Formats: sequence, structure tokens, C-alpha cells
Amino acid sequence: MKPAPFEYHAPATLQEALALINTLDNYKILAGGQSLMPMMNFRFVMPDHVIDINHLAELSRIEQRGEKLFIGAMSRQHDIHTSALVQSLAPIIVQAYERVSHRQIRNRGTYGGSLCHLDPSSEQPCFTAALDGVIHVASAQGARTVPMSEWTSMYMTPALAANELMLGVELTPWKGAHGFAFEEYSRRHGDYAVVAVAAMLALRPNGTIDRVRMVLSGTSAAPCVLSQLQDAIMGQSREAALALVAQHIDQLPDVMEDAHYTSQYRRHLAKTLCKRALVRAFETAQ
Amino acid sequence: MNTKHIQLEVNGQVYERTIDVRLTLGDFLRHELHLTGTHLGCEHGICGACTVLLNGHTARACLTLAVQANAQSVTTIEGLANSDGTLSELQTAFKECHSLQCGFCTPGFLTTLTELLRENLSPTEDEIRMAITGNLCRCTGYQPIVDATLLAASRLRARVASTQ
Repeated sequence: MKPAPFEYHAPATLQEALALINTLDNYKILAGGQSLMPMMNFRFVMPDHVIDINHLAELSRIEQRGEKLFIGAMSRQHDIHTSALVQSLAPIIVQAYERVSHRQIRNRGTYGGSLCHLDPSSEQPCFTAALDGVIHVASAQGARTVPMSEWTSMYMTPALAANELMLGVELTPWKGAHGFAFEEYSRRHGDYAVVAVAAMLALRPNGTIDRVRMVLSGTSAAPCVLSQLQDAIMGQSREAALALVAQHIDQLPDVMEDAHYTSQYRRHLAKTLCKRALVRAFETAQ
Repeated sequence: MNTKHIQLEVNGQVYERTIDVRLTLGDFLRHELHLTGTHLGCEHGICGACTVLLNGHTARACLTLAVQANAQSVTTIEGLANSDGTLSELQTAFKECHSLQCGFCTPGFLTTLTELLRENLSPTEDEIRMAITGNLCRCTGYQPIVDATLLAASRLRARVASTQ
């Protein structure tokens, strides 16, 4: 229950950090440590090098950049949760953080850490997909961006090269009146979701759907954007949209299954939570 | 290098040590500083018994490397009482409401609820229960912990009111 031996590095600047990851083998980035440290304590991971990036203050900015909301990778989950800027631009994020773990974890845990750990049951990748997040990464050689739709390489593995560090995410808030809801089922409050839904929609004057985004967490390695359901419910009323949920969830290929929860149960939850989220999103869209 | 020299403040006192970089803050507090009030229940961040205040904010000592506390300020259960040794309002309420039995979870609850009351002197029962979702107790069933927090909050509010 103690970590295996490792070399500890605490770079003072981003350039130092990028130089380290450019050359070191078998390293792990220590951000909030709330996912990494349990794995190290259990010796599920045994890095030769731990690179502590908690001194890189430039990575924890939460700011508006034109029409976008930029959240730095080292932003603490609690700071995002309580940010007035986030509440005004993208309140679905604040709602999602109500379901993320516990206060003690959110005080240290980071947004970037969650996106790089990429647990399929996590809430943060889910809202990132709902808000069309674009991930900024850097290496000693330069910088690039990765749309959230391309971020998941495989189960719990982001599309990050061995010498790349995530800097932050640019999200696209919705302008104008719109409704939103983040729904989740977990056995205990604060647990990872069994299934969660992020739903956002805007209505036409006649009350039908003008724009919609629905993303699931807990059913696949990457957050599942419900594109076909979205297309089907465009222009529909609330009742017509609700009636279309079940068949589209049934048509999802390859819903995750594990020792705790079957794919059939996850599909059932997805249907229920999608309907609840749509109802709440319709209410808040008025 | 596998050891590092650190200097940090714990409960108002400055300590300097050279330690193994893989030593967790929980083990540092317990074995280096002999502050054994911080308990290790699960060592993976779930039980909350190891919760301390790091720069005033709750953190799991089992998930923090001691080297990360270099140049930081830590408050443990041992640092919650008043400087004259009397128990804090929250600790007193815990005593009166029988909010502890075996006491294993108690340090984590006290640091967590200290943070809550610093931020919110009028928590509702729901807000208290939300604040303690990250702390497990097998003995009390949580009600006496909630009762003690409500009691301590009302006494703290009365104290504030009486100074105005």
C-alpha cells in the first residue's frame, strides 16, 4: 500500500517540464494525484519518474478567450466548480461538478488530470464533448490541438504522444437562451457514474428543438455523442423527442459491460437519464 | 535523487526533514512527526480518515506526497483545538453529541467540517451531508455528526452575533 521507488522531479517552468518528458522513459505526470496516487499506492502503476507539475501556475487559468472558454489543465476541479465565469458561460459544467467525487478530491484533482486519466465513467470528458472541447497540447517540438472527438485513443488512453503535455481545453459555450441538464446515476453520491448524460438544447419560438447536443458517459471508452438521436429530434416537440430516445439507445453498438453493470442495465439507465435530461433541458430552455 | 529536503509548517510549527520522495504526507505526519491523529484507512482516497487541511483546504494525506507539502502549511487534527488547549466549538459539539465511537474516522470528519464551517456558518442538514460524502463512518450512522455540526454552527453564529 505504498508506492514503489521513483525519481521525483518538480519542474518550475513549462519548458523544463517539456524537456523532461522529451527524454525520460516510464514517467507519470503528477497533477492532482487523486487518480495517480491510488494506483501508485496499490502498485498498479510503478513509474520510474514522477513529474510533479503543480508549480506550473500558467496551466491553471480559467478565462474567456473571445467566444471560447479556456480551462487550463491544472485548474482544480473545485475552482472550476465555483467559478463565476464558468457559471455564466457554461453552467452545465457547474452542474456536472456537483456529481464529481467529493470536496476533498475536487480541491486537489484537476480537469486535465481527469481528461488524461480518461475513465469512461467520468463526468469531465462528458461535458467536454458536449461543449465541443478542443484540447491544447505541447511538446518540446511545438504545440497542436486535438478535438475532443479524437481525444480517446483507446480505453483510458488519450491521443497524447509520449513527449506531450496537455495544456488546457478550449470549450465553446452556447450563446443565447438555451436549456441544459447533467443527469447521472451512481450507487453512492460521488461515485463515478454508472451512466451520465449531458444534454443541451435551444428551442424555436414554437417550442420545438432548434439545436441539441446529448452526450453519454459510462457506455463506451470515449464519451458517446448521440448524433443519430440528435438528428432525429431536431424540429421535434418535447413529447416527440422523448418518444424517440429508447430506439436510438437500443441502436447504440457496443455498450460497455463489466463485472458490476451489464450493458443491458447501462442501456436502460441511458434511456431513463436521457429522458430526464431532456425534460429538464426543455424546462430550463423556456 | 530519491530523497529531498523539505521545510513545512504543521499546526503552526515549522519542521525540516530529509525524506524519501515516495513517503506520503500521511506517513510523514505519523512516522516522522509522530502526529498519529491522522489515520490511514484505505490509502486510496476513499475513506477520508486521513483528511488534513493543506493551505487551509481539505486534502487526502494518503494521496499527497510529503515532498509536495514543502513550503506549504498543513493543519491536522492535532491543530484544531484553540491555542489555550480548549477544544474548538466543533470538537466540543462532537463530544456532547456522541459523534464518535471508535474515533477512527473522526479526525477526517473534523478537518472536513472545519472547512465547511469556515465557508458556511449556516449550513443546512443537506449541505452538511453533502460536505461529508467523502468521509466514511462505520460506527455512528452519521446523524450525531450532523447534529454536532448544526450545534457548533449555531454556537459559532451566536458568538459572531454577540461580538456585533
